[in-house]
Amino acid sequence: MAEPLEVNYQELKHLVSERALQGDTVLLNMGPQHPSTHGVLRLLLELDGEVIINCIPDIGFLHTGIEKNMESKRWEMAEVMTDRTDYLNNTGNNLAYCLAIERLTDLDVPPRAQAVRVILVELERISNHLIWLGTHALDLAAMSVFLYCFRERESILDIKEMCSGQRMMTTYFRPGGLWRDIPADFEIAVRRFLRMFPERIKEYDALLKKNPIFMDRTRNIGKISAADAINLSLTGPVLRGSGVAYDLRKVQPYSGYEQYEFDIPTGTHGDVYDRYLVRMEEMRQSLRIIQQALDKLPYGAFRSNNRKYVPPPRSELGTSMEAVIHHFKLWTEGFNVPKGAVYQPVESPKGELGYYVESNGGNQPYRVHMRTCSFLNLQALPLMAKGHMVADLVGIIGSIDIVLGDCDR
Amino acid sequence: MAEEHLKTTLKALKDRFGLEDAPLMKYPPALVAESGQIVQVSQVLRDEFAYDFLCELTAVDYWPEESPRFHVIYGFYSHPHNVRLMLRVPVNGDNPSLPTLEGVYRGANWHERELWDMFGIHFDGHSDLRRILMPYDWEGHPLRKDYPLGYEEPQFTFNYDEIDKRKHHARYEEA
Repeated sequence: MAEPLEVNYQELKHLVSERALQGDTVLLNMGPQHPSTHGVLRLLLELDGEVIINCIPDIGFLHTGIEKNMESKRWEMAEVMTDRTDYLNNTGNNLAYCLAIERLTDLDVPPRAQAVRVILVELERISNHLIWLGTHALDLAAMSVFLYCFRERESILDIKEMCSGQRMMTTYFRPGGLWRDIPADFEIAVRRFLRMFPERIKEYDALLKKNPIFMDRTRNIGKISAADAINLSLTGPVLRGSGVAYDLRKVQPYSGYEQYEFDIPTGTHGDVYDRYLVRMEEMRQSLRIIQQALDKLPYGAFRSNNRKYVPPPRSELGTSMEAVIHHFKLWTEGFNVPKGAVYQPVESPKGELGYYVESNGGNQPYRVHMRTCSFLNLQALPLMAKGHMVADLVGIIGSIDIVLGDCDR
Repeated sequence: MAEEHLKTTLKALKDRFGLEDAPLMKYPPALVAESGQIVQVSQVLRDEFAYDFLCELTAVDYWPEESPRFHVIYGFYSHPHNVRLMLRVPVNGDNPSLPTLEGVYRGANWHERELWDMFGIHFDGHSDLRRILMPYDWEGHPLRKDYPLGYEEPQFTFNYDEIDKRKHHARYEEA
């Protein structure tokens, strides 16, 4: 048996101030089991009274080796792992991974599949922002918002379940299209949601937007300038809250986003309150996108006809020998992706989600790296938290919107 | 507009630093750089060509097939021009090292810690090079190709030696 290990505080010496070494300031451990850290985030705080002098994040408690695991799975099996990274944005992760494979293999995606992908990803964005809003408000002691948000999220999960049979870990998008066509009452369910939701956003705004307690606790808290945000590789609402209109759906469109009209909301101060406003407006813009995509949802195939990558429909198996061969090859060996590498970024609710995918020509990914937004956005926490109270730190963590599964992978 | 900017950047980098195209990258366009050049190249990219955003930093391990064992991959994005560009830096050896990019892009900090943790690539001059995802007392670097996935490969008579070689390599001492 090895001896029990102790944390070597000498290693952290360079991260705290001189005063901490002399005992003038207090070192406080926050987390990992702390409800407002949104998972298992551990923070080492150096405090002068209640004011934060230094904040040292410690992550990795949820590291499950997903990237390593994907290297030993076939392309289509590895996709199942992507759901599990950012567990509030499952279809978004699938989309990034599928787009990367489609770019490597030059696989076509029919317009119907693209439109359905956009609808589901935008619904997912709303559902992600609802969780963020609920937990963020809960951290700042507004209990009722949390309950309302989870009520609305439920109807989005129902739509996902209707399509894929799963509420969260859908793996509904496949390279070349979708797993199966959307069910007949999909459109009715989404339209019902579109009718109901604008009123609900008004309710949330009525609870928080002009609420003096909420405003006191969020305005001028956790400020970050646009220059700092870019230099620290921040993306998503955190960057847009600082006034940089960077949204991949607009600047480098994918999956047919160029057909839809929507605005990119930006903030001006870069504080917690501006990030709240940006996310609320994003939900309204997502509704606009869903409305447009649903109105011109094309008919036709829901997945590509390229049999080298996409399995043939069940009905063909009885009549076509070629279909049987393709079916057999795809379910035993899987498909081979030509040698090459791509970096495919998409706009996830939290920011730029990039998949670096490399193939050596085989039926397994040679390397998959996820550039996850939680990981890089969290990096700015020490800068944002400096000089604020411990109670404000909770709000700042909430405003970055981290998912530790995404952060640690 | 964006494509023009990309072309001028690629041409300038090729002329000034003698970089070559990386044919492996399908998207975005990539160049191969040497490890000594990377800080200078990224400084030029940021200051002269407005690539103000480090969007990606990762590595690939090609052990045992290829001789420069690791490729470190840098992704740059330019907010004003809306273009993306990548650099691939081959580094060799079991204990490779690179200069840090922290002075140019502060966002490189955690990226580089992740690479140290996962691949054992050392970044000289880094302000805080500790493990980030694995526990601080972990041994080995999990994303290396000679690091086992967690199970033992069964050895048969026909492939005993081949697998045995791999096994011993996985147990080499970390420096």
